[in-house]
Amino acid sequence: MWEGINKMGKFSKKKGNALPSISTASLPDIIFMLLFFFMVTTQIKKSTVYVKFSAPGVTEAQKLEKKALVSSIYIGRPIETAIYGSEPRIQLNDAFASINDIAEFVAAEREARNEADRSLITTSLKVDKDTKMGIVSDVKQKLRAANALRINYSARKTDKLD
Amino acid sequence: MARRSPEINAGTMADIAFLLLIFFLVTASMDVDKGLTRMLPPPIDSTLASPPPIKDRNVFTVLINSQDKLMVKGKLADLETLRNQTKEFLLNPANDTILSERPLFSERITLTEKERKAYEILGDIRVSRGVISLQNDRGTSYNMYLKVQNELTAAVNEIRDELSKQVFGVRFTQLQNQDYIEAIRTAVPMSISEAEPKDVGGDK
Repeated sequence: MWEGINKMGKFSKKKGNALPSISTASLPDIIFMLLFFFMVTTQIKKSTVYVKFSAPGVTEAQKLEKKALVSSIYIGRPIETAIYGSEPRIQLNDAFASINDIAEFVAAEREARNEADRSLITTSLKVDKDTKMGIVSDVKQKLRAANALRINYSARKTDKLD
Repeated sequence: MARRSPEINAGTMADIAFLLLIFFLVTASMDVDKGLTRMLPPPIDSTLASPPPIKDRNVFTVLINSQDKLMVKGKLADLETLRNQTKEFLLNPANDTILSERPLFSERITLTEKERKAYEILGDIRVSRGVISLQNDRGTSYNMYLKVQNELTAAVNEIRDELSKQVFGVRFTQLQNQDYIEAIRTAVPMSISEAEPKDVGGDK
């Protein structure tokens, strides 16, 4: 800008060539917005767990691929034993369920996915380690009847069996 | 008179926010589901003919009772030795007549599509006909059940590793070629069949 004046307006066309630097003051706001977006969306999917779930530790645990194709079934003792008793219960989505609700749950989970992905749905059995196999076997038989054959026994990866 | 404080440089705010953003991105995906993946047998179809019976020597029966005690092939067993027992059953190095049969690819009468591919890639190797049959009681603890499943998986994984090292020179988990992975999976299948659960010891 000064150039132009110094040269007595000869180069006045160049006026404004030196752009004022763009204010970056709003950049943090944009990033914060992104941050909040991610914080909120990553928590939306997690359902509250009403049962005690502590995964058993095994050495051969492998990561589950394709998180979007995993549906979870929780089995364990209710945390609030005063209200729900101390017998192991099944939790589907956000509520306790009975063994007969599993067929419906599987159907709903299938419905929510792409037609192409439906055969790839893995049912993750998040079973508390203090549970007896009875209820787990019942759930497995129901899953079998509902043709949800791909299952995953949820577990922690440890270096040695405890 | 109040001194005018200089404006705080907000340029680094973006960096801080970015750092937070990346932290959340990473921790959100860090919570991955881990576990042992299994395929359940398809529901029983009464219209289909029952599969041909499997020879006794090819079945590795593992029973877990309601006291979490193990019985392997009719004998009391221990969780610590289960892995080696399973490997011995599947590999059958001494060609024992009570352990699984291991015919060469070329000795077999029929090969499936997958097996033919494995034959081409791996060469004429011995493949076990062994099947692991796992049966538990309703009173078995889930922890014990998963430990047994883990040991069986470990045995199969170790055999796969050994075969992979022998043929390709790297561990099975480090193989990249999908055809190789599939070939080894076919040669050392994770054949764990689960019988219908029994209720002998009660739920307690």
